[in-house]
Amino acid sequence: MTMSDTSEASSLSVRPERSETRRQVMARAIRAPGVLPAATFVLILLVWEASCRVFAIPSFILPAPTRVLGGFGAVDTARWLEHVWATLRVAMTGYFLSIAISLPLSIMLSRSEILSRAIYPILVVIQATPVVAIAPVIIVALGSGDLPRVVITCLITFFPLVVSTTTGLMATPPELIELSRSLRAPVFREITQIRLPYAVPYLFSALKISITLAIIGAVVAEFVAAEKGLGYYIQFSTSMFQVQQAWAGLIVLVLLSLILFQIVTAIQRFWFPWSLPGDRT
Amino acid sequence: MSTAVPAIRFSSIGQVFRTGSGTLEALRGIDMTVGRHEFVAVLGPSGCGKSTLLRLTSGLIRPTSGTVEVFGHPVSEPRDDIGIVFQKPTLLPWATVEDNIVFPARHKTGRVGGDDREKGRVLIARVGLQGFGKQLPAELSGGMQQRVGIARALFMNPDILLMDEPFSALDALTREEMGFELLRIWEAQPKTVMFITHSIGEAVLLADRVLVMSERPGHIVENLRIELPRPRGIDTSNNKAMHDYVGYLRGLLLKRAA
Repeated sequence: MTMSDTSEASSLSVRPERSETRRQVMARAIRAPGVLPAATFVLILLVWEASCRVFAIPSFILPAPTRVLGGFGAVDTARWLEHVWATLRVAMTGYFLSIAISLPLSIMLSRSEILSRAIYPILVVIQATPVVAIAPVIIVALGSGDLPRVVITCLITFFPLVVSTTTGLMATPPELIELSRSLRAPVFREITQIRLPYAVPYLFSALKISITLAIIGAVVAEFVAAEKGLGYYIQFSTSMFQVQQAWAGLIVLVLLSLILFQIVTAIQRFWFPWSLPGDRT
Repeated sequence: MSTAVPAIRFSSIGQVFRTGSGTLEALRGIDMTVGRHEFVAVLGPSGCGKSTLLRLTSGLIRPTSGTVEVFGHPVSEPRDDIGIVFQKPTLLPWATVEDNIVFPARHKTGRVGGDDREKGRVLIARVGLQGFGKQLPAELSGGMQQRVGIARALFMNPDILLMDEPFSALDALTREEMGFELLRIWEAQPKTVMFITHSIGEAVLLADRVLVMSERPGHIVENLRIELPRPRGIDTSNNKAMHDYVGYLRGLLLKRAA
């Protein structure tokens, strides 16, 4: 029997005559998935709560977690849902519009070098423009309503989508393009049957980045001008020094972002499992 | 000399590529023919333009000078009666083995019919992949992936099979096994094969004739007929004549490299 055999056997089987020490039990419990992050999170909350109480930090500077919890009750559920829906509606409309624009644009960019050279610098300029700075200008130009907010969301989400999808479309193995050409297949089938599927992993990494950016875009737009939405609620609460309410709004925003991100991840896992690196079963 | 039209004929082919920093002469003065159902191996150092020969034959590129003819007709555009097997299998990672094999039909016509499916099943059996039709490429070994690549190249039932170092990414044992598999497939249904390789042993073991190419600009420096009996197998590897061929070709290549 070799060394590795014995060590493997002892870790796999629980033998009564050599029961685990308390330290070993603890070590195993800590290594269970989710235990460490959850413990860290609880610890942070405890330190936060204790600091607020011990140092008597005013709640308009930093509300204690228990006060933030109370902040959730400041408005009723229907009002919360209204805010969530307002932000979600803008973020999703902007996101899908962005996808609808960036997919055809990526295909055109990947096909024509002239077009790519003509348009790409403009895309970089748009990306280099801080969205927070341009948001007021867009709101003034497009007035109130969802439209300017959707445009702002679009602006912030579409650059990663275009760049990543174009890269994916170009990353197709040249052999498959040669195969396509030797079959004398029409170009649209080269795009739909080879290039686009090959771009799926790239597309999804951009979709994951952009879904969180979409929330940021919607919130930024609400900061500038809105009468509803989580961004509006956070700003309104801070202006009234109801910081615990702002924190509550922030937590809802984070949860919304996380849920949307997980939905995109789940879509990829379910419909495109082959596109996940190292997740091939 | 037979008067039959050769499957492939190159007449004084020259190939110059324009690169970022100037021009690159890949081929110079290539004259050669490949007979119908002949198995020709092209041997040479890396970067000598071996793959260019294949791309010229398939019509993917046009020669700078000279003419390429396939069955007596000048090649002026990509031909779909030629199957290509690449160095890497380059399968579609999202498609099953079966879907990868029938992909030429889906790609060329936009649909896969019942007879295409049937053809796919026959090919799966012929390349020895029974029971793997529903697997994804990532679930297969390198050798099995290349079997799928060969089946895909055979799908359009081509007269000519172009193979660009198809087994060079495989381990030595699998490589030898795949060579014999290829011979078995080729003997069951003869094709004109142009087989690019940098393995001397592989070239001698498989081919009727070995063309040796020089370093760039590539031209043919030797045209050696391999008179080993067929069918060839493991016994052939131990054949005295086989060793003589290999020895002669190794000497030739090393002398040129020196």
